[in-house]
Amino acid sequence: MSKQELDKVAANGLINRRHLLGLGLAGMGTVASTSLLGADAGLNLEIPGWSKQPGANASGYGSRSRFTDDMQRMAGNPNPLYPGGGASRSPLHQLHGSITPNSLHFERHHAGIPDIDPAQHKLVIHGLVRQPLVFNYEDLLRYPMVSKIYFLECSGNSGSLFGPNAADGSAQSLHGLVSGAEWTGIPLSTLLDEAGVDPDARWINAVGADAASMGRSIPLNRAMDDVMLALFQNGEPVRPGQGYPMRLFVPGCEGNISVKWLTQIKLTKEPTHFRDETSKYTDTRLDRKSLQFTFPMGTKSVITAPSGQMKLERQGIYQVTGIAWSGRGSIRRVEVSADGGRTWADAMIDSHQSEKALARFRIPWEWSGGDAVLQSRATDSLGNVQPTRTSLVNEKGNISTYHFHGIQSWAVNTAGDIANVYA
Amino acid sequence: MSTLKKLVTTAAVSISLVIGISAAVQAQSLGTPVDESQLKNFDLIAQADGSGYPDGGGTAIQGKAIFERRCVACHGMNGEGTSANTRLVGGDMQSEERPIRTVGSYWPHASTLFDYVQRAMPADAPKSLSSSEVYQVIAYVLNMNGIIEDSLLLNKESLMQVEMPNKDGFIDSSQAL
Repeated sequence: MSKQELDKVAANGLINRRHLLGLGLAGMGTVASTSLLGADAGLNLEIPGWSKQPGANASGYGSRSRFTDDMQRMAGNPNPLYPGGGASRSPLHQLHGSITPNSLHFERHHAGIPDIDPAQHKLVIHGLVRQPLVFNYEDLLRYPMVSKIYFLECSGNSGSLFGPNAADGSAQSLHGLVSGAEWTGIPLSTLLDEAGVDPDARWINAVGADAASMGRSIPLNRAMDDVMLALFQNGEPVRPGQGYPMRLFVPGCEGNISVKWLTQIKLTKEPTHFRDETSKYTDTRLDRKSLQFTFPMGTKSVITAPSGQMKLERQGIYQVTGIAWSGRGSIRRVEVSADGGRTWADAMIDSHQSEKALARFRIPWEWSGGDAVLQSRATDSLGNVQPTRTSLVNEKGNISTYHFHGIQSWAVNTAGDIANVYA
Repeated sequence: MSTLKKLVTTAAVSISLVIGISAAVQAQSLGTPVDESQLKNFDLIAQADGSGYPDGGGTAIQGKAIFERRCVACHGMNGEGTSANTRLVGGDMQSEERPIRTVGSYWPHASTLFDYVQRAMPADAPKSLSSSEVYQVIAYVLNMNGIIEDSLLLNKESLMQVEMPNKDGFIDSSQAL
């Protein structure tokens, strides 16, 4: 296929997503490399050294290639005055697909990661129930479980984009508080039913076993819906940083309410108004009233490559790729623009998308060496469309910086440098 | 299929269904009953309706000494904080500028102050204060904000009478779709 046959679907180089199907990027790479580089006459392939000696043995616990050690979460420096407080961000710009490896799943802790012996851990369900109950880990493993793929996003993810100036950042530093995983656990309704919910109960109050005993109140009707007591993540026991031996998992909602190291569920008439649902994780509007219990995460997408602080080394065809998600449904459509939102083209997504899970999108794009502004715009199964940054900030103001889900703009300059901009 | 064979098949299906169901029922009742009285040292939840508070109490005058010993490294001598996140005092939700949100200007319930300090503060030694020390230190924080007098005996009864300046500043969005 020649370059002339590529089907341009939007301005500034976006190419019909269907070229990803039959041709594949390898094919398009050939278009680029033959046209720009030509064949390397000096290249003579030899059998490499690792093909001439036996390799390492099988092992009890796998590790990644030493050549990929630079793929790391980004954690802030520890604050001695706030021991264990902080977050680490997933390297979105280096990840592919829609599942985040457990070792790279983002973290947010309020008092560090407790070292919990599951044999000593208890889960108590009490308050407005017929019979208060204590559960131990071994017994919980015997309950019927479900497995679902969901995203998890911190309420504060992308929060710096509420700021007046565009921060110099990467997909990881700006948006890395989102990850995707398969979660396996017990529907919470199973355990609440066993305790017997009192008709007066309206809220569950969930508390973790960390040093902050972090708590959140969740309406009972939501808790009886698709909330689970998660015991496994991507097939293995939930890791300590994610709440071992067990965490609450509230699909589609701000990560903070998926309380880790879950040890207490108290049913009450009223919410507790924990610090993390009054002082924090509340959204002060322009009229100075503050919204409390704003749970679902908005319809959102971000281009993970090419993305901020990367550099395009040469002209040619690139795969623009990223992730999209919605706290209210599945992703139905992702559009990409290369001209700052003036023209849009549909990116490729799998035809079947799971509810409240990450969707991977891809579209080929030819960079001809000029200025470009790459954007993506998600639409979910309920018809919610990701707003522009300007409309989001105009509506919500920037007194609070939670729940940012506006469109991200990556500017590419003529040198190939890529930066976060407000466009 | 003969009638006999049908009967045998039906019986076999019924038996396996019964076994399956009984196993499920058994698996769903593994919680151990417990009394609320057994949770006295476990349940830290203190709500705005007055439930969940321990005995004890004290004044802001008593709390000042605890605050200066345990809290000032992060929160400053006068609750001015060492960052926006650790500021406890001052602010005005109706200010022209972006409002500074603190315990005094933002928090809608005094109960949250008790609940949070009891479960999570001080950050380097959570749960190391006695119940009376918690009452005293939060009395001092409320007093620095001009919300209570420094001589008020703060306990589970008087705490319920404390009105926070921003008590009407919040909208429950928990049922928003």
